[in-house]
Amino acid sequence: MSPETYAQVSNLLIPTATVIYVLALISHAMEWALGRTAVAKAAVEQEADAEVLVGSAASPAEVGAASVSTGSGSGAAGPSTSGAEGVASERLDAASRIGLLLTWLAFVLHLGGVVTRGLAAGRVPWGNMYEFSITASLAVAIVYLIFVQKYKLQWLGLGVTFVISAVLGLASLALYTPAGPLVPALHSYWLVIHVSAAAISGGAFTVGGLVSVLYLVKARAERKVLEGGSMSASLRRLPTAEAMDGTAYKVLAFAFPLWTFGVLVAGPIWAEHAWGRYWGWDPKEVWSLVTWVVYAAYLHARATAGWRGRRAATIAIVGWFVFIFNFVGVNLLVSGLHSYAGV
Amino acid sequence: MSDVKDRIAASSKPEEPPTPPAMGLVGWLRWTWRQLTSMKTALVLLFLLALGAVPGSLVPQTPIDPIKVSDFLAAHKTLGPIYDKLGLFDVYKSAWFSAIYLLLFISLIGCVVPRLSVYAKGLRARPPKPPRNLNRLPGYERFEVDGGDGVLEAATRELRKRRFRVQAYDGAVGAERGYLREAGNLLFHFSLILALVGVAWGSLFGYRGSVLVVVGNGFSNTVAQYDDFTPGRAFSGDDDLPPFSLTVKDFQVKFQEDGPQKGAAREFKAQLAYQETPDAPEKSYELQVNHPLKLDGSSVYLLGHGYAPRVTVKDGQGNVAFSGPAPFLPQDSNFSSFGVIKAPDARPMTLGFEGFFLPTAVIGPDGPVSVFPDDLNPELVMTGYYGRPQPETGKPESVYQLDKTKLTQFQQNGDKWRFQLAPGQTVPLPDKAGSITFDGYSRWVKLQVSHTPGTDLALAGILLAILGLMGSLFVHPRRTWVRVRDEDGRTVVEVAGLDRGPERGLGDEIHAITKSLRPAGPSKEEQP
Ligand code: HEM
Repeated sequence: MSPETYAQVSNLLIPTATVIYVLALISHAMEWALGRTAVAKAAVEQEADAEVLVGSAASPAEVGAASVSTGSGSGAAGPSTSGAEGVASERLDAASRIGLLLTWLAFVLHLGGVVTRGLAAGRVPWGNMYEFSITASLAVAIVYLIFVQKYKLQWLGLGVTFVISAVLGLASLALYTPAGPLVPALHSYWLVIHVSAAAISGGAFTVGGLVSVLYLVKARAERKVLEGGSMSASLRRLPTAEAMDGTAYKVLAFAFPLWTFGVLVAGPIWAEHAWGRYWGWDPKEVWSLVTWVVYAAYLHARATAGWRGRRAATIAIVGWFVFIFNFVGVNLLVSGLHSYAGV
Repeated sequence: MSDVKDRIAASSKPEEPPTPPAMGLVGWLRWTWRQLTSMKTALVLLFLLALGAVPGSLVPQTPIDPIKVSDFLAAHKTLGPIYDKLGLFDVYKSAWFSAIYLLLFISLIGCVVPRLSVYAKGLRARPPKPPRNLNRLPGYERFEVDGGDGVLEAATRELRKRRFRVQAYDGAVGAERGYLREAGNLLFHFSLILALVGVAWGSLFGYRGSVLVVVGNGFSNTVAQYDDFTPGRAFSGDDDLPPFSLTVKDFQVKFQEDGPQKGAAREFKAQLAYQETPDAPEKSYELQVNHPLKLDGSSVYLLGHGYAPRVTVKDGQGNVAFSGPAPFLPQDSNFSSFGVIKAPDARPMTLGFEGFFLPTAVIGPDGPVSVFPDDLNPELVMTGYYGRPQPETGKPESVYQLDKTKLTQFQQNGDKWRFQLAPGQTVPLPDKAGSITFDGYSRWVKLQVSHTPGTDLALAGILLAILGLMGSLFVHPRRTWVRVRDEDGRTVVEVAGLDRGPERGLGDEIHAITKSLRPAGPSKEEQP
């Protein structure tokens, strides 16, 4: 195939993938909406069997913990309401599964779109902001799909599909640049290493940030339950706050060494080749360092009494915003050596 | 450093009582030290570092772009001086930024050095005794057996298989795993120190300079030949510069000729002839972006390029007052290049010219502009000035700017005089003041020479740090206990564990261990 054909295929695949991500998003949104109505139907008191509700939670230890924090899975729930919740729960599960399936489908098309874009340009597909957007959102999908099996992350589907479809939509509508070769400063295999490390860790920062947001929501709901309040079924379907905290840590612990390598090893080596200095306090470099320092603070916070949990989660979210600002804000607002050809 | 000395002096005072009063000097210093090396302080300092780095990316920085700084100062009459006082135009060398990272550095050392000896002791320690109430631990399972013979042996085997270090106690075994986590953590923090030393080394003893060389001309590596030179604080002068010299023989550049990215540079190369020392044989090198020339620890980079029109100026007496290439600086992506030509020796009046070189000139609505970066239709569009001859002041002057305070612009037909020349053309100056000829043009390249010692140390430090980080983040330190005891005449086996890392959760390991110990067949299983 000629570069033009590849470019056309890519331009077809990316919007299609976007649409399917949106469908996945709708499916997950229905999952949440169903969870809300389920609560309205079932009497508020009933804490149905934690094992059913947290059915998707990972390990026995987590399930055990869940049963403690949702106020014990005692036999208090009447059979009728338990049945109602059971049906609702099945519908919720179906919505969740459909969402995940659609995400996989969209991911395959998305991957195809990114690869054909690379073939069309005859180089790695991250030479400008459009390309970095489609690649970075692909990284989010990759990290999510890796961890979705390992850590049972289905409950993150809503957030992940929202972020990916938003980024892809924005890329297609506002950032689109036709495929073309690179300016000479971008010719280097260190670029490949640097950017792929940054993209994958960025994907993980995003997943970790989303988990942290949900952690804060869930932790608040759990506190309310302790004060005698109730929790919607969609929130009860989430793992316990404590388990989510652990998941966020694992994802970010995966991202941090990779980011360290990407911005403190590969980036400086590339900068040394291209500009004759490995570190020059260019805005992009500054914000990468700030991102790094914020996540170092996150890891410290988790080891410091009084900073675990809520504060650590807040730092993880701040880190995610800093990362996004580095990618979007710095490119658009601040000029520096890193500004891309034709945005 | 003086407070370290104070501390040594203070702590060696023999007459200090064993428990100093609440806030004696020693007590105070010890308190300060403990605060400085606490985890909370490290956190706060990390935040300050992140926060402190931000303004440097938003406010123009003198070492990066001094012109933008002076523009900023001119535009912000009140804010500018305040920023200047705060060091916001050179954040990364400012006192307060240095204070943050130095404090962090001290805190880092003070934090990890003591942990090293704690760790060394911990390495030799045996896994601890089981706590009294195993069922309070995060992971706990129990089952009953008919007679507990062999359970502890089996447990020891199972735990060893899971790479635990095992210690037998009376009726119980204690096991611990994941000693490498702390080792990784220490390696990480120590390597960070190493990397920072490497970086500091480079900024002390390194140098960086840049020079613009017109194709055909040469450069030899002395401070005086640089347009712009930044030595490290401990750099001592020409003796520290390797004595190489080079000539730029040729320069080629290719631009995208069509499509949406028309005009973007696709490739540029400079052909160099160089000598490593004045007596060394001449060698050649093709210099490209991303392919620096390495010479005795220094590297030569190709940073940029532009045009240098070759011009001959004759004065009112018919003598040649200026002849040669004058480098013009590109102002936009189509290389509309601005520059000046000075002929201070012209008589009876000195002459000066300023204006644009346009590599692909077309007449736009606002006058001539360049529409492509390559030289498809080169033109020189300038205006001229004249003035009284001035005595030499010896003051250095920018070659890219004309000091117009003592000059008057040529007028023609009551209007400002402008001229537009293609290569080879000549135009007479008004009032028989002479003439100017556009002979042709050369290209110039901007070279950067730099030497940064300590880079290898910094790189090694960071790589080791990543290694340590992985150990620290991916090793799960755990304790597990198995206890066999009698409870109301029955034999109960308890398995319990605790994760000492920050991940929380033991996964299903306790369950798996329990399963391996439980006798096959139906058994009375109990969960807490
Ligand atoms: C340059 C500043 C520092 C950076 C970038 C940094 C970074 C990190 C990172 C990324 C971690 C998590 C990875 C690991 O567990 O090894 C960590 C852990 C840790 N850091 Fe630092 N650190 C710095 C300074 C300090 C200082 C000054 C202290 C002492 C107060 C300190 C004490 C610790 C401790 C005790 C842990 C282990 C936490 C745990 O058990 O999970 N660090 N640091």
